[in-house]
Amino acid sequence: MRSRGPLGRILGEHPVGTAFVTPYVVFLAAVFAYPLGFAVYMSFHDYFFAAPGAIVERPFVGFDNYVTVLSDPAVRRAFGNVLVFLVINVPLTVVLSLLLANALNAAIRWRTFFRVSYYVPYVTASVAVVGVWLFLFNSNGLVNSVLGPLAPDPSWLVNSSLAMPTVAIYVTWKQLGFFILLYLAALQNVSKDLYEAASMDGAGRWKSFLNVTVPGVRPATTLVVLVATVTGANLFTEPYLLTGGGGPDGASASPVLIMYQRGIEQGNPDVGSAIGVLLVIGVLALALIERRFVGREES
Amino acid sequence: MKLKFVGLLIGAFVFLFPFYYMLIGSLQAEPDPSVGGAFPSPGNLTGHNYAEINQSIHLGRSLLNSGIFTGGVILGTLVFGVLAGYALARLQFRGRGLVFNLMLLIQVVPFQLLTIPLYVLIVRSYGLADSYLGMILPFLINSTAVFVFRQYFLQLPAELFDAARIDGASELSILWRIAVPLVRPALLTGVLLTFIGPWNEFLWPFLITKQQDLQPLAVSLSNYLTTVSARAANPFGAVLAGACVLAAPAVTLFIVFQRRFISTNLSSGVKG
Repeated sequence: MRSRGPLGRILGEHPVGTAFVTPYVVFLAAVFAYPLGFAVYMSFHDYFFAAPGAIVERPFVGFDNYVTVLSDPAVRRAFGNVLVFLVINVPLTVVLSLLLANALNAAIRWRTFFRVSYYVPYVTASVAVVGVWLFLFNSNGLVNSVLGPLAPDPSWLVNSSLAMPTVAIYVTWKQLGFFILLYLAALQNVSKDLYEAASMDGAGRWKSFLNVTVPGVRPATTLVVLVATVTGANLFTEPYLLTGGGGPDGASASPVLIMYQRGIEQGNPDVGSAIGVLLVIGVLALALIERRFVGREES
Repeated sequence: MKLKFVGLLIGAFVFLFPFYYMLIGSLQAEPDPSVGGAFPSPGNLTGHNYAEINQSIHLGRSLLNSGIFTGGVILGTLVFGVLAGYALARLQFRGRGLVFNLMLLIQVVPFQLLTIPLYVLIVRSYGLADSYLGMILPFLINSTAVFVFRQYFLQLPAELFDAARIDGASELSILWRIAVPLVRPALLTGVLLTFIGPWNEFLWPFLITKQQDLQPLAVSLSNYLTTVSARAANPFGAVLAGACVLAAPAVTLFIVFQRRFISTNLSSGVKG
């Protein structure tokens, strides 16, 4: 063992470690930290696209971009839409992935087959799966032919009150496999003794699920809720492709979709950045509330 | 037990049916959305949709672009991510805790929110629009993979490293000769985790590639879906054929290596 001299005390025992992490740190700074700061900067300035190298004035405008954003009905609608999305997607994700993971955790036939079939949607590109959902949920698609007279009119994706819920169900279906894996991992940590104690007390299978399993996986539930919320706030591909750009008439537009339209299509990166900053603040606030709510019995 | 099995069976049907339907739809000469259309009928089968999509978006070229994009990210993650993961697990140096916390923090920053500033920087300031470098840069090192590498390096016995250091081996050769060969499974897990990011990514390459011959398959297929398909004879068939081509590599990889993608690999992440 090398003894630690004065230099060792300053740089640590293995200063070469600094060299090993440097590329990664530079990457994090260039791709995450700097753009994050730059987004905040743009949102407070009159920022517009200019030819590379051209020197232009981009004056500080205070909260002007935020006023523009908040007085835009399309933006307000998009934030409302994402709330509808989360109200459907997050609880459904938690309940379904926990139930399926719990069933999968038992000694059951075909386990590998089930596990693989659940994460197939998760590993597939949304662009590819959207194609088949369009085919299935089309006005005269298979889902409506099966439903017959019960089919909604106008159909799912062009119906202003059903478009966002359909997108929420699609994303739940697509991501569920990942959350099932998280719960499966968490279930390995629930002590078997607790189940035995519960059955000694005469608790049935459902009772012991509620009293042992659910509290036992609470840290994982907090994680699932947070990750599902962040994923939902990032929604872009699905409204862009599944409902033809947030249709009908903005009923399924998401904040990221509006951010793209305002910021890049219409050339107002300052307004786009303001939407992004508001979205981050919204997600953080929501995450804090959820942590309080879901993680309340954690010590 | 019966109830659980039936529940799992229904679940598997719901998860797999759209994929089966994707395949059937891609082989139909005429789209048949009736219930009977969910079963293959020999009279209605054709490979024409694949020819149609190939003609419109040049499948080979798009697949090559997807491959270069994904390959670049995997290479970056393997080289720089393994270095970082090893240093975070086995080396004592100033700032280690800071870098580790930064890595965890990054996991909760929604990438989409950085889209506008990254677009301004990479496309407008650095002029990297329509280039592989611009496509790869924001994804170059996958932080989840770095985390997985670190977990695996942590599990190796400390005596191994102490012995090598006493023999005077440099850290780089310890990493390359001793540590990396012992964590091969971690490398495979890291590659699989990293693969699905860029292969399936849509928004970023969509923003920065306007030239059709540089677009990855996810982008060219979605452009076909939103603009060209309306004019095609059997638009669904062609879209589904493209979807099958896009889905096949990821699905195949994950079925072949399904053992590498099970709960135990992720459990370290949950336990934190």
